[in-house]
Amino acid sequence: MSLLEIDGLSIRLPGRDGGKALVEDVSLHVAAGEVVGLAGESGSGKTLTALSVLGMVPHGARTGGEVRFDGRDVLALRPRDLRELRGAQVAMVFQDPTTALHPMLDVGTQITEHLRVHRGISKRAAAARALELLEQVRIPNPAEAVRAYPHRFSGGMKQRIAIAVALACEPRLLIADEPTTALDVTVQAGVLRLLDDLRAQTGMAVLLITHDLGVMNVTSDRLYVMKAGRVVEEGRTREVLAAPGHPYTASLLDALSDPGTAPEGGPDHRSPGVAATGLGG
Amino acid sequence: MLLRFLSRRVVATVVLAFGVVLASFVLTNVVPGDPAAANLGQQALEDPEVVAAWRAANGLDQPLVVQFGNYLVNLVQGDLGVSQQSRRPVLTDLGEFGPASAELALVAVVVSLVVGIGCGTWAALRRDRPVDQLFRVLSLGGVSVPLFWLALIAVYVFSFQLGWFPSAGRLDPGEAPPPKVTGMYTVDALLAGDLATFGSALEHVILPALVLAAFTVGLLTRFVRSSVLEVLGNDYVRAAHAKGLPLSLIVRRHVMRGALIPIITVVGTAFASLLAGTVLVERIFSWPGIGSYAFRSATTLDLPAIMGVSLFVAFVYILVNLVVDVLYGFIDPRIRTA
Amino acid sequence: MSAVTAPAAPVPARRLRIGPAWRRPLALVGVTVALGWVVLAAFAPWIAPADPLAQEAARFLPPSAEHLMGTDGLGRDVLSRVVHGARISIPLAFMLVALSLVFGAVVGAVSGYVGGKLDEVLMRVVDLFFAFPAIILSMAVVAALGPNLRNAVLAIVVVSWPVYARVTRSLVLSLRNSEFVASSRLLGISSIRALVREILPNVAGPVLVLATLELGNAVLLLSGLSFLGLGAVPPTPEWGAMVSEGARTFGFWWVGVFPGLAILSIVLAFNFLGDSLRDALDPRTARATRGTSA
Repeated sequence: MSLLEIDGLSIRLPGRDGGKALVEDVSLHVAAGEVVGLAGESGSGKTLTALSVLGMVPHGARTGGEVRFDGRDVLALRPRDLRELRGAQVAMVFQDPTTALHPMLDVGTQITEHLRVHRGISKRAAAARALELLEQVRIPNPAEAVRAYPHRFSGGMKQRIAIAVALACEPRLLIADEPTTALDVTVQAGVLRLLDDLRAQTGMAVLLITHDLGVMNVTSDRLYVMKAGRVVEEGRTREVLAAPGHPYTASLLDALSDPGTAPEGGPDHRSPGVAATGLGG
Repeated sequence: MLLRFLSRRVVATVVLAFGVVLASFVLTNVVPGDPAAANLGQQALEDPEVVAAWRAANGLDQPLVVQFGNYLVNLVQGDLGVSQQSRRPVLTDLGEFGPASAELALVAVVVSLVVGIGCGTWAALRRDRPVDQLFRVLSLGGVSVPLFWLALIAVYVFSFQLGWFPSAGRLDPGEAPPPKVTGMYTVDALLAGDLATFGSALEHVILPALVLAAFTVGLLTRFVRSSVLEVLGNDYVRAAHAKGLPLSLIVRRHVMRGALIPIITVVGTAFASLLAGTVLVERIFSWPGIGSYAFRSATTLDLPAIMGVSLFVAFVYILVNLVVDVLYGFIDPRIRTA
Repeated sequence: MSAVTAPAAPVPARRLRIGPAWRRPLALVGVTVALGWVVLAAFAPWIAPADPLAQEAARFLPPSAEHLMGTDGLGRDVLSRVVHGARISIPLAFMLVALSLVFGAVVGAVSGYVGGKLDEVLMRVVDLFFAFPAIILSMAVVAALGPNLRNAVLAIVVVSWPVYARVTRSLVLSLRNSEFVASSRLLGISSIRALVREILPNVAGPVLVLATLELGNAVLLLSGLSFLGLGAVPPTPEWGAMVSEGARTFGFWWVGVFPGLAILSIVLAFNFLGDSLRDALDPRTARATRGTSA
């Protein structure tokens, strides 16, 4: 049994003619300690699929299928159990740290608040853990950083803080939703390398969402490609990239080598993964 | 940065304050209407000498520019002139009536903030559900109801029929006000340790304050709802949910903090409409405040008093906005610690 | 707060998406009630059971089949006076809003479009008006000009144009430097024509929403002034003045309650309508609906 098993997941908005399907019959699995990539253009449903692992679905949407984490269907959990899963077992790193970190809460609070809720530890223990985490994500001068507010940090630093937030409760699965897309090209590789090292240290599984197949190439063991709410291709990353079986995957790969037609983000967001060290395999 | 932010606000405030003085002066002097006619009896008016003497005594025979200069000089010295009606310095009148209105407005502001933030947040969290719809209708009702009519109904039902609250004044007739410190009877009574007077003052202030709050409660509820909705759509709220925090903590810490700045900025506007409401509400509850004073001065063309009231109200408005700006600076770390 | 920061990206035209009426029950109620009052106002002499000024019945008759809303202290039929009151409040409210809108929008558009010193001065003047509560300012104006309905209207226009100026200015500013206006400049279209052809259609929506909401405020202010004795003079059947009569004859509740209900219903109708229009127009609520909930 895998750590995460998504089985026939569909997410649809109600409306005329049966509503609009955002995600349709998606199945994927992530084993403990494994790094799995989920690729596709924006709007392909990859983020929605990932959020469903946390039991988060759009306002008013209906879901079908199952999302099993550790054998339990997340979509059927009681709110209380769902809360215990979020942040503690499954953590998430969002695309843009500037919007995902609260601008009016200091860094220390943001790192430790869920730690204190989930583990009920003392303020002092939480503060010590915050320092440790900031050091782990290589923030210079952690003692000062815990008291600072997010606006003081650069984009790359903010994303490191967001990663520290995600790691606080030592989750078994980390979902990273385009963790480098909003960052400067120069710092993208550093963030990816950090994620890579942390995975090696902690042994957590990672579900990495990106439109950038270059990132996938060096970081993930296996790969799923989504298009228009469906999984169109899956397999071992190297094999899929070497010989794409679906024309859509091929077009994503083409876009990678031709900056002018990159599917998302344009030439500024090209393949920082090349510089990152390989993961696990 | 915070200091620079504040000093800029203070300079802007001083400029606005001068503008207010100038504008109220122009307003009260350029418009037609003869204060002598409003203040002197019919018999006196037929005697040109009496009229001229009255005008001279009130400085109305001099050129406008000189009048304005005199007014400014006196103003800086804290002299707002003498009310032609009460025959007392306007400043004394304001010192007496101001706190009465402030008491009324403060209770109303507190009620509006508590109810408005509570209901607005609740409505946003239950968007499109029955509670949201109900609050929408109620809050629109709050901004639509004529306050003077609501005040009448309130007096009729709660004083006249049910006898729960007194219908007029700040204390029962014959009751002595507490020793003056702030001029607000509830506060002064507490300071003097006089619980009986405090109870009576509170009883008198509740009904008019609630009526006065109707508009601002509606205004704030609608505004808080839309601010909270906007914050709820933010990534950081999604991130807070993803951390597995309980909803109460997310709302208290993440959502409220995000919505606070827009809410604080609208409180200034809400306060201005409260002041406007006092004119109508004070008349019905015979509340001896600025609103009643403004009405009396306006209908008798008591120019020094009208100017005094205008200045007082405008300065309160400016002050509230300055406080809002300062709070803004303190709350937002991007301004505070940059 | 003075610097002009124009967004680089072109601003898409804001269009009203109304949708089917049954999905906006409040708008439907608002339109129905408002239209109802307009009809009452138009046909008042035929609808009202009695002459609003005739002192024919006994004084202070409670509501009955003959006098649905009772009679007042002079033996006049309250229902007839309430119906005729619509002929005063509603046309005046529209006139008030039209006057303030035109004046405010012109000032705001010029201020935003011309910019520079002129903008600075005009906006400080607008700030000034915001520092005076409307009712106190209008009270002073009416007191100075003399208490009658015409002066009350004038006073309210004086206090209510600045809000249109502010909104129009900010809309014009956000559009002035946008690409499509710049491109029409490049094509040699004159400033005035650019203002009228490119900017106006984009400003119209939000300003109309504001105007709808301000209709309610106009009715409230006008009746408030009349209540204070600074607007309509007796025996005019004006709603605020009627509530004021009710305040003096306290035990006979029907004298004041029904005119007040009339004010409440028409203001509420305008606000229902304005609020629904704002919902349909405001991009903010649209953005919020895209959020993910737990």
